[in-house]
Amino acid sequence: MLCKLSYKNELRPGLFNFIIDCPEIAAKAKPGQFIHALCGGSAYLRRPISICDAVDNRFVRFIFEVRGKGTAELSKAEPGQMLDILGPLGNGFDVSAPESADGDILLIGGGIGIFPLLMLAKRLPKKPAVMLGFRDKENAVMIREFSNVAETVYVASDDGSIGCKGFVTDMLKSKIASGAKISRIYTCGPVPMMRIVTDIAKENGIDCQISMEERMGCGIGACVTCTCAMTDGSKKRVCKDGPVFSGAEVDFDG
Amino acid sequence: MADLRVNIAGVEWKNPVTTGSGTFGFGREYAEYFDLSELGAVCLKALSAKPRLGNRSPRIAEVNDGILNSVGLQNPGATHFLENELEWLRKFDTKLIANLCGSAVEDYVEVAEMLGDKLDMFELNISCPNVKEGGMAFGTSPKMVEEITSKVKAASKVPLIVKLSPNVTDITEIAKAAEAGGADALSLINTLLGMKIDIKTRRPVLKNNTGGLSGPAVMPVAVRMVHQVRGAVKLPIIGMGGITTGEDAIEFLLAGADAVAVGTAGIVDPYAWIKVRNGINDYLDQNGYKSVREIVGTLELN
Repeated sequence: MLCKLSYKNELRPGLFNFIIDCPEIAAKAKPGQFIHALCGGSAYLRRPISICDAVDNRFVRFIFEVRGKGTAELSKAEPGQMLDILGPLGNGFDVSAPESADGDILLIGGGIGIFPLLMLAKRLPKKPAVMLGFRDKENAVMIREFSNVAETVYVASDDGSIGCKGFVTDMLKSKIASGAKISRIYTCGPVPMMRIVTDIAKENGIDCQISMEERMGCGIGACVTCTCAMTDGSKKRVCKDGPVFSGAEVDFDG
Repeated sequence: MADLRVNIAGVEWKNPVTTGSGTFGFGREYAEYFDLSELGAVCLKALSAKPRLGNRSPRIAEVNDGILNSVGLQNPGATHFLENELEWLRKFDTKLIANLCGSAVEDYVEVAEMLGDKLDMFELNISCPNVKEGGMAFGTSPKMVEEITSKVKAASKVPLIVKLSPNVTDITEIAKAAEAGGADALSLINTLLGMKIDIKTRRPVLKNNTGGLSGPAVMPVAVRMVHQVRGAVKLPIIGMGGITTGEDAIEFLLAGADAVAVGTAGIVDPYAWIKVRNGINDYLDQNGYKSVREIVGTLELN
């Protein structure tokens, strides 16, 4: 479907914030779902990009980093231009209230994986605590926006140039060690990070939803290229059965 | 509106457009975008007697004007298909083609027997480059092609299409072997074996290292092969390889294909099949043809 690019800015060099005018997608979008964008130029396949927010049943916001020729081409689009977008695609996060109502809902994001968590924070039954991990201060974005929708925002950076020095997974460990009760964790970011988060959640009996990423084709479940191995030995499609899975069901070694 | 009907080995399709096996699943996903009854036939994802998990991810890589895939024939098995997919697919007014795969000749025979006459046609997949056993290993030797074709044909209650691999020195030898084995029709081309390297990691992008190339990049090779095979055998031909527009499809029809399959283009644009069908009709109308059958094989060489 063709959607008009309404607004565009560069959050930091190479990181683009796009808002498209697309009521059909905005009305249906759930946190954790993605859009599949035709980038133009010589990029043959579409690029899946997670939805950062959907506003007023009309606008869809997504943020992407220039990583290759597709995203480089897409970043050249100018407001007013029509973009060929499919979506919303994928299953999205389960935002129903966790079984045990007491305890925090915790969102853990790393790097460019933080963006889908913004819409999630807004759609949860109660305000979550948010942990954001960045490489350094230069790469840290959207902290204020998260502060507006979260109960608390914790920030970590690899070099300590912003927030605590270390990883979000260390913050999670100390939060649990301090006796805090967590009823559910949602996480999106680098696979090594999500793997540790999943392990900690398992050890502590916490329900954990993770958003996976894989090289993708059609984005709608037909070509079966973007599969993810499951602990039961099966393979699921990241685009259609995911991208959100229960941490416990993903086989990170598969 | 031209007459788009074609007859492939005794099975009438309402138009010459089908789907490339492996790009269309069992149709459920694209049915959310268009009515499957708009297609002449739906060629389903490869089916084996037992479920297959396929290869590890990543199993898709973008290349110039195309993709490499190394899915490796992942499918839930013929029993699961018959119990969970067939009844739903039969709601659509289109012909259904099952693509048969296996690791040994007996596997192909087994799946053909399991499916019986519940589908309209079979397509014998002896050209998948992504599996260690079976697949392309069968499809690159004329002797093997004739043998497996005749054995599966003997077990088939519906017309048998043999899908040819382009990864051979002379595709006409393979086409003749399939004809000698009793094939009712041919489809070509399957994907070309390729590799894409990530120069940052200095490793192939695909976990499987190699994969099958498809998309516009392969189309001239496919058109040439359809032309060669048309001159070598009398069987109906389903041409495929990079078709994205009606004009692309017309090239295949002129080269001698009786029908066409669209696959990779649909991965980019879910309406590609409909656009190709409409584009074929537009060409026929604009050039004063009453039927698509009038242009098949009418290529004039220089």
